[in-house]
Amino acid sequence: MPSFPWLSWLIFFPLFSAVLVVLLPPRAERTIRSLATVAALAELLFALPLWWRLRPGEPGWQFAEQRSWLPALGASYSLGVDGISMLLVLLTVVLTAVAVIGAYRAVEKRSREFYALLLALESGMLGTFLSTDLLLFYVFWEAMLVPMYLLIGVWGGPRRVYAAVKFFLYTMAGSVLMLVAILWLYFLNRAVTGTPSFALDAFYRLAISPAAQVWLFLAFALAFAIKVPMFPLHTWLPDAHVEAPTAGSVILAAVLLKMGTYGFVRFAIPLFPQASAQFAPWVVALALIGIWYGALVAMVQPDLKKLVAYSSVSHLGFCMVGLYAMNSQGLAGAMLQMLNHGVSTGALFLLVGVIYERRHSRLIADFGGLWKPLPVYASVFLVVMLSSVGLPGTNGFVGEFLVLLGAFRTNPLWAATAAVGVILSAVYMLWMFQRVMFGPITHAENAKLVDLSFRERLVFAPILVLIFAIGVLPQPFLDRMQPALERTLDLSHRRAEASERLPLGPASLAAMGSSMVESTPIGAEPPATSGTVGSPAGAPPVAAPRDSTGEGPHPAGTPDTAMVSDTLPLPAAPTQPGEPR
Amino acid sequence: MSPVTVPALITADWWALGAALALSGGAMVLMLLEFLPARPRSSRGALVALLSLAAAALCVWQVRDAKRAIFEGMFMHDGFTVFFTLLFCGIAAISVLLSWDYVKRMRINQAEYYALLLAATLGMIVMAASNDLITIFLGLELMSLALYVLVGFRRSRLESNEAALKYFLLGAFASGFLLYGIALLYGATGTTNLARMAAFLVATTLPGNPLLLVGGLLLLVGFAFKVAAVPFHMWTPDAYEGAPTTVTGYMSAGAKAAGFAALLRVALVALGSLQADWTPILVSIAILTMTVGNVTALLQTNVKRMLAYSSIAHAGYVLVAVVAGGVDGGSAALFYLAVYSLMNLGAFGILALLGRDGDERVLLADLAGLGFKHPALAFALTVFMLSLGGIPPTAGFMGKFYVFSVAIKAGHVPLVIVGVLNSVVSIFYYLRVTVALYMEEPHGQPTPVSWTVPAAIGVVLSVALTLWWGIQAHALLIEAQRSVLGLL
Repeated sequence: MPSFPWLSWLIFFPLFSAVLVVLLPPRAERTIRSLATVAALAELLFALPLWWRLRPGEPGWQFAEQRSWLPALGASYSLGVDGISMLLVLLTVVLTAVAVIGAYRAVEKRSREFYALLLALESGMLGTFLSTDLLLFYVFWEAMLVPMYLLIGVWGGPRRVYAAVKFFLYTMAGSVLMLVAILWLYFLNRAVTGTPSFALDAFYRLAISPAAQVWLFLAFALAFAIKVPMFPLHTWLPDAHVEAPTAGSVILAAVLLKMGTYGFVRFAIPLFPQASAQFAPWVVALALIGIWYGALVAMVQPDLKKLVAYSSVSHLGFCMVGLYAMNSQGLAGAMLQMLNHGVSTGALFLLVGVIYERRHSRLIADFGGLWKPLPVYASVFLVVMLSSVGLPGTNGFVGEFLVLLGAFRTNPLWAATAAVGVILSAVYMLWMFQRVMFGPITHAENAKLVDLSFRERLVFAPILVLIFAIGVLPQPFLDRMQPALERTLDLSHRRAEASERLPLGPASLAAMGSSMVESTPIGAEPPATSGTVGSPAGAPPVAAPRDSTGEGPHPAGTPDTAMVSDTLPLPAAPTQPGEPR
Repeated sequence: MSPVTVPALITADWWALGAALALSGGAMVLMLLEFLPARPRSSRGALVALLSLAAAALCVWQVRDAKRAIFEGMFMHDGFTVFFTLLFCGIAAISVLLSWDYVKRMRINQAEYYALLLAATLGMIVMAASNDLITIFLGLELMSLALYVLVGFRRSRLESNEAALKYFLLGAFASGFLLYGIALLYGATGTTNLARMAAFLVATTLPGNPLLLVGGLLLLVGFAFKVAAVPFHMWTPDAYEGAPTTVTGYMSAGAKAAGFAALLRVALVALGSLQADWTPILVSIAILTMTVGNVTALLQTNVKRMLAYSSIAHAGYVLVAVVAGGVDGGSAALFYLAVYSLMNLGAFGILALLGRDGDERVLLADLAGLGFKHPALAFALTVFMLSLGGIPPTAGFMGKFYVFSVAIKAGHVPLVIVGVLNSVVSIFYYLRVTVALYMEEPHGQPTPVSWTVPAAIGVVLSVALTLWWGIQAHALLIEAQRSVLGLL
């Protein structure tokens, strides 16, 4: 075990830097910018070694930390990382650094507060990805809203207040129900095991009856679906994206949306496997609608930023299809697509920001023929755009291919429907590119535009490297996450089996409460260790018949039994609880 | 009847009563000091008030682990009393700090102001410490009478007069209900002592005895009025808006906490065996209180009024904890009250800083553009707003989290869902304050801010604790649990 708390350092270093930035005098803009840049780059340097030192094959949380936080409630400050979260941590630190450097010229007023909030946001995002305690996760998940809200609301466009408040309220509305579900799980776990705990591992060990899973799943899924965002819940996204300053859009697209998909991989699918399988057709249906809808709406947008925003809805639909194919290809594709979307869409927002800084317009109609005055800009745009479309050789292709492969294995119809979305995305992107870059220069002021500066080229360099690296050599990335994804799939299969074996019989939450006092685990009969381990890549039954109890009004807190299964694979608890440091 | 013998007070009892003695002593000293000449901007009133509050807190702290029934069991000194005494002293002390300059600015008579503040605090302590309905009534009246005067302190202002009159008339009605309830309960059980009442109720089952039920209900009405629960909340917005801002802060924190202290003691100690009867009533009151408070707050443009409705909603959250009942519910209520008092007091304290001389600048529009002009003030107000809205990492989140968790444990899942959805609604109007602070430009002159050192100390203290309890609430949690355990 590393003696140094790397993950805590990773989470709190940006926050600490943010405080330092705020303490600087507001006029010292150069110092402020430099300090923020150094902090963001240092953070990148701290995160990179972890990426190399991560041992993907090893089960359980790595670099894990655990400290007592609220012992009376069983909540602990516990962090850990695995192949899944490592990928997102990397994405976060890279894109934050890019956003910080990219914002040099975009922020005209109050740059001190701007950079401080950006760094504080980074802390919140990393905390969300690294928490292995559900209460801690929730705290980061919600706390992160505040800096983003302020970034949109203070530095945004004309309708910024509306967009910022909408963003905050949408996300909050989804997540409060998740809090109720977390609490419900907590008391279930406490009734079964006798020890209070919010640890994710403890919940992974808990078998939950399929009927209860439905409600818990819906509560979790709502929170994540809003964040993703999935089709009917996506309306906050275009508003937030369009109004947000460039750096805010980049972070929003690249990282914040990934929290939704991360939530599905980490919580909703492994914790509630039956409900996930049961709702998979619905989730996929919404995701497919999202792919089509996002693409079609993007096609008719006159505003570049709005176009990119709707393309996000479409791309995230791919991620969701991949996740709910629930096989290893689909999951890997979805994860890779999360990374790709972060890189490509982040870059697209940056590119739109670059042109906006020069022309103070984002309307496609105001451009045309930009290739001539801006050859470097146009080339970068071309590469990024093609990667977003999914051209072979770029990162987008690998992700989309894996998603489609996974979807095909589960249901060829899904794959076919999604594939049309790929074509649509090519249509709106290429059409947009043609209207902006080719043809004659229709507006005289466009002829005098200045091409990318050295700083801007520096910003796009790592993005281009990532686009081609993932496109040509995806294996190192896949290697990091594949074992963790396999374990997640394996875990959900075993949990599904364990909850199938639950003894039937009503045990209300009130009964749970009484057993809390005795603190004896119910379900004393341990399920026999069966040799049949769910094949990791095997597709679960997709259209499971809907549980009849799930249909009617079903106050959470009715029929439910639970037990602890000894056969569930556990990510080994890496540190002793309460180990003093 | 045996001859009445007065049991001797041991040393611990004297310490326990020290709080009451220090506060009444302080109030008297303040009145006497009026006869000595002083400079108009002298701070001796505030100093005396702070000293007697500190003395009161120290006395109780001396015997914090003792459990004593004093005066024939009318006055209980236990963990519960200690918790609330410290809480009330803290609330009053922060109020004094925030009022320090405000009362001078508003030309309020200092000696009377602080003397009444101490008297109200004493009333609150008596309410929390009473183990007898009569003593509860005594404390409640002491607190209320002092508050009626404080609310109307700015005699020259019409709103202040209206507020005081409304508060007084409705308050007098509520006191009447309470007293009548006490009489009926006495008729049903033959005692006003809470412990004896509990013993009587356990021994003789009186389910559905109309005297008992009506008595309990009237008692509930009286308390619901004091904590501003719907439908007994009508006085709140007017009283809060008209009162001097520091008084609003003080009463929104203290009077509510005191009302809940008495309610909790009655509910947990005396009427614990009737839980099945009062739970459905409290559930409906809690749902109504949260919903009406939050929805009405959405429509306000005056921040003071908005916070008044928000404080109604917060009474609803505490009621959720009371509904959960038992040690869990009690400790969650205590935890929430401590957290709520802090953040609400802080928010009103900030409002008290706005404006110069006699004018009050408490409209949402008055906050416009303060965010970058007065970063510290805006940061503090933002922290309080986020905390009131229950956003981590603030104490308000921990409070709501704890309340909702005990309610789920007790099986009130639908109630909790109503509660969490309400907190989403509430976020909207709390965000409006931050919108005004950071995202709007002022129309005309920006609002002047009257920072002074004592007020700054009060605000910094509140912000620091609000953040600290949001990050590490363990100590407060344990303290709240211990206090309630001593009660049962």
